[in-house]
Amino acid sequence: MMLFLFYITSAVAVFATVMMITRLNAVHGLLYLILSLLAAGVLFFLLGAHFAAVLEVIIYAGAIMVLFVFVIMMLNQGQKTTDQERIWLQPTIWIGPSVLAVILFAEMLIVIVSGGNAETGQIVDSKQVAIALYGPYLLAVELASMLLLAGLVGAYHLGKPMLKKTLGKRA
Amino acid sequence: MSAGLGGAGDIIGILAATIFVAAMLIWVERRMLAIWQDRLGPNRVGPLGLLQVMADMIKMFFKEDWIPPFADKLVFVLAPTIVFITMLTGFAVIPFAPGVGIIDFNFGLLYFLALSSLAVYSIVLAGYASNNKYSLLGALRAAAQTVSYEVFMGLSIMGVVMLAGTFNLREIVEAQRDGWFIVPQFAGFIIFLIAVIAESRRAPLDLPEAEQELVAGFHTEYSGMKFGMFFVGEYLAIILSSAMIVTLFFGGWLGPWLPPLLWFCLKTTVGILLFILLRGALPRPRYDQLMSFGWKVMLPVALLNLLVTGAVVLSLAG
Repeated sequence: MMLFLFYITSAVAVFATVMMITRLNAVHGLLYLILSLLAAGVLFFLLGAHFAAVLEVIIYAGAIMVLFVFVIMMLNQGQKTTDQERIWLQPTIWIGPSVLAVILFAEMLIVIVSGGNAETGQIVDSKQVAIALYGPYLLAVELASMLLLAGLVGAYHLGKPMLKKTLGKRA
Repeated sequence: MSAGLGGAGDIIGILAATIFVAAMLIWVERRMLAIWQDRLGPNRVGPLGLLQVMADMIKMFFKEDWIPPFADKLVFVLAPTIVFITMLTGFAVIPFAPGVGIIDFNFGLLYFLALSSLAVYSIVLAGYASNNKYSLLGALRAAAQTVSYEVFMGLSIMGVVMLAGTFNLREIVEAQRDGWFIVPQFAGFIIFLIAVIAESRRAPLDLPEAEQELVAGFHTEYSGMKFGMFFVGEYLAIILSSAMIVTLFFGGWLGPWLPPLLWFCLKTTVGILLFILLRGALPRPRYDQLMSFGWKVMLPVALLNLLVTGAVVLSLAG
């Protein structure tokens, strides 16, 4: 039963991703991307990683993609970008990368068939994740937080002089 | 008290009850607001005006369901269903009483946060698809407001998680046998309350649909049952938020004498009435006030609350 659900969800994820790439309208593409992320969340859940599943939905589908939709909505580009996308999606452009992707896919199939056995999942608790993060991976967590802080300070800095300049002009 | 969760009876019962209560809230809200403002409110249709809900629903069903020709049709139709579905599925993790509920999920609290962050798509997509300036402005406000308030909505309830030691809502309720979490987590409760009001876009934090500034905000172009979906979705959000507040801070189904389910319903009703009273009592802030209050006051207080709670929990444990 679980295996059946797993394959259905995987199919949804792959289909949504393909649709996301081929949509001409950016918002429709984003909707498919959100669907694909939700499908990835369900996959995590089916593999027993409940914590990762919920985080996938909260962070990727619920926060990052909202910002994507937000930005696309603000740009509000309409028909012009759709036409542009149509030009970009001509076969001459996508045929090269697709062939390379098919080669990689074939390699992966060969590896799986020849002996890479499918892992059976185990239930991962939030406590285990936390202990791992703040035990052996503490340094990585600290580095990531420093990077985020730097990003925050940078964003603040970029926002600040703009304000001063416009104020100065007005005065 | 059977331990069997998620039977057909549970699912159908909870679904029917929540939709019924959400519909009745149309009348309850108008009536209560009127009483608090020294008016009578709808009292003509049926006894006490109870059939007002029927009248409203008949009106909504028979209205022309118009899709503007300039709208993005697919997204326009999809948007109202999202808030409805996410809010309804949110009830799956609510612990109504021992043995009553749909699933006993270890990450119930995170599941609630995930669904409430997905619900914002409804507003954002509605605003985008309507292709209308007012809708777009409403959607922009909604997106910024929800993304900001989500941050400390999550942080404010981590104090509860620390005290209970779990994300499981049933275990959180059980952990409150010796005292409700509102006492040690009063700051957390206040922040969570403000954050859920902002998340469900209820007055006084209903800036995405502020009718004096934005006509009707994100749902300007919606009519008929599509508008009804947003309407009922808002009431579902109120019920879900009250149920979460009761579960996290007011001991859920715990209480003397009465059966657990009744306690849960009573406490949730008080929560819903609090939401309605807040709408009647408080004026709407300006949008920049809302944002700076969120980031400059709520976020530091939520972090401080987390720090103090962590320190106390550690010092008591060690």
